[in-house]
Amino acid sequence: MPQTLDALKQTAAQTAGPFVHIGLAPRAAGFDIFEKNFSPVLVDERTEGERITIEGRVFDGAGTPIRDVLVEIWQANAAGRYAHPADRQAKDLDPHFRGWGRAAADFETGLWRFETIKPGSCIGRQGRPMAPHVNVWFVARGINIGLNTRMYFEDEAEANAADPVLNLIETPARRKTLLARRETRGTETVYLFDIRVQGEDETVFLDV
Amino acid sequence: MNRSRELLPWDRALQPPAFTPGYKTSVLRSPRQALLSLHNSLSEVTGPVFGPDDLGPLDNDLILNHAQTGEPIGERIIVHGRVLDENARPVPHTLVEFWQANAGGRYRHKKDTYIAPIDPNFGGCGRCLTDENGSYFFRTVKPGPYPWRNHINSWRPAHIHFSVFGSGFVQRLVTQMYFEGDPLIPICPIVQTIPDKDAIDRLIAPLDLNASIPMDMLAYQFDIVLRGSRSTPFENRLEGN
Ligand SMILES: [Fe+3]
Repeated sequence: MPQTLDALKQTAAQTAGPFVHIGLAPRAAGFDIFEKNFSPVLVDERTEGERITIEGRVFDGAGTPIRDVLVEIWQANAAGRYAHPADRQAKDLDPHFRGWGRAAADFETGLWRFETIKPGSCIGRQGRPMAPHVNVWFVARGINIGLNTRMYFEDEAEANAADPVLNLIETPARRKTLLARRETRGTETVYLFDIRVQGEDETVFLDV
Repeated sequence: MNRSRELLPWDRALQPPAFTPGYKTSVLRSPRQALLSLHNSLSEVTGPVFGPDDLGPLDNDLILNHAQTGEPIGERIIVHGRVLDENARPVPHTLVEFWQANAGGRYRHKKDTYIAPIDPNFGGCGRCLTDENGSYFFRTVKPGPYPWRNHINSWRPAHIHFSVFGSGFVQRLVTQMYFEGDPLIPICPIVQTIPDKDAIDRLIAPLDLNASIPMDMLAYQFDIVLRGSRSTPFENRLEGN
């Protein structure tokens, strides 16, 4: 017998179930319990950067919105730096931006939305810059292990064309599933990002 | 110190696949295309940082955090454990959130219609940060099993849902803890989405008499293992220079 490697086995995931809101967004479940609540608003008035709204729905394989979905996003600040000790890029941190938010979909429409800023570009592997993007993770009833994807901005065509992750996707039509569409509503800039879990135009999900 | 390290991948031999027809809701909610495998970049190894300011003083006490006219009905219990990674390193100062049904198996949720009553003194959710050793604990009442619409007469074993962050965003884990000795565990379609028997056993918290409080409450221990980082002495520099 060789020596054994003293590694632990990772804990298995289980679905968040239909009542995920109780734990992660209790106001959506219909009650108020915590003094402080996490929210889909990532910014306050002091945060640096261009204000944007991100909204979308997550559709199942029958084209029905998943109305119990819970979505989280994680992103760099306007300068392209993550508020985390592992990011040591020579760029400023923004004390008014954590870069993380959580949204529960509307139980009627399935629509979720975040108020945030447009992230800057950050450096990727081998020094290749990554196009500005928002990391997206979501869970719901029927999803056994959370799904990860990235949202890119359709109006960053040049940066997107050079992005090392988008370039891993061979089919142009599938690459498009990661691009959010820009829309202007009065003074508000909205990026629309619908996610399709299964079927035609299935979103590219990441094994990361 | 602090050089960013890549995370070990999900162990697909013990993680549930997306498509598990025994759990019917997964059929339309599972991707059909292969996932795109990605080497980690800063986007994956970084993640949100939480601190004591994010929490309130009763957030880890489900016996008191929604008490209105008295304390909740049910078996009083402590749930405690550690959050570690696959390298057996503690994961300190990470956010752990939990939610559950009340002692009768009813959730305080506007979409739960089970006939068992709401407990006016029980909210059913809480959260805490692990300490520097990766330890966490909370007080609650033991949740009851409840019926659900999968097949006719399907029941969930008593369980507590957990959400854990870790340090990198892709370590994010949502899972469920079960209780030692529950006969509903082996016949639950959600439990059975996990393809590995030992991985299922690791979701079952044993009774921990040593951590119980005499004349007050029993304790259950539940350790959680997140993905570890690649431990090669020649580390990749994710910043690339
Ligand atoms: Fe449940």
